[in-house]
Amino acid sequence: MKAVYKVLLIALLVAAVLSPLASSSPDGLERVATDLGFIDKGEGKNIIDALIPDYLFPGIENEAVATAAAGVLGTLITFGAAYGLARLVKKREAGR
Amino acid sequence: MHIPDGFLNVQTWASAYLISAGSLSYGIKKSREDLSDRQVPRLGVMAAFIFAAQMVNFPVVAGVASGHLLGAALAAILLGPWSASLILTTVLAIQMLFFGDGGFTALGANVLNMAVVAVLAGFAAYKLFSRILPGALGRNVSIFIASWLSVMAAALMTALELGLSYSVHQVPVTLILIPMLGWHMLIGIGEGLITVAVVNFVEKLGFAGSRPGGGTEVRHRHEGGL
Repeated sequence: MKAVYKVLLIALLVAAVLSPLASSSPDGLERVATDLGFIDKGEGKNIIDALIPDYLFPGIENEAVATAAAGVLGTLITFGAAYGLARLVKKREAGR
Repeated sequence: MHIPDGFLNVQTWASAYLISAGSLSYGIKKSREDLSDRQVPRLGVMAAFIFAAQMVNFPVVAGVASGHLLGAALAAILLGPWSASLILTTVLAIQMLFFGDGGFTALGANVLNMAVVAVLAGFAAYKLFSRILPGALGRNVSIFIASWLSVMAAALMTALELGLSYSVHQVPVTLILIPMLGWHMLIGIGEGLITVAVVNFVEKLGFAGSRPGGGTEVRHRHEGGL
């Protein structure tokens, strides 16, 4: 297998196996916003209703499985989007 | 450090959108010169890896705060700064659209912080330090410093944008700057360790065309740098 696709396989493994083990503590910005008392300014303000909120695939009871499913799907979508974008940028060069 | 909708005032998020759009269109112009057929799948895979790695929060102080890989320095070191900007922008857009991570109004600011400033800071620091510090150890130290600085640069930008949005929360910028930089000093250590490990690992696999035979491509990429 080409090296580049080995790394894609590793990414999918990270999404499937490691993401359910992630720490659920607030990240740096959430910590600061909580401590300074403005975390609520961002709650319920989402302009776009996400299909998979909080990285939990809807309809799956088991949280670890829901996270892994969301992770694998997101990894594949991101691969496709960045691949497509790179090809688009490159194609324009060929036509220049 | 994805800013959600509601944290920034209109002046701040609208300005950030404009600056990001300008930076990205410049980045796209530059990456056209860099992108070869062989690079296209690499951009896809690097974006996929960063998306996956960003899901894996590591504890910074157990039960109090966590961090996760940003990946700006990682992508810039392996694929150059312009491709890295495209990669991080793609990751941020997907996280916002599909997963509700980071706000729609704040996307411009998140792109500016993590896909533009963090990438350029990480890449510039890497170029500078890897020139000064010799050998494999020197390179790894350079990767660590570049990664740490990329996180600090993004945290500084985030704090400043929150400071400009005083009308939203009435918290002065200095009160935001100190804990933002403080927490990200710690998160940056995780960033540095992961980036050093991943760069070495994927180069051993031959990801960045750095295997024997891929050398010319690496050199070309670096000439297209800052």
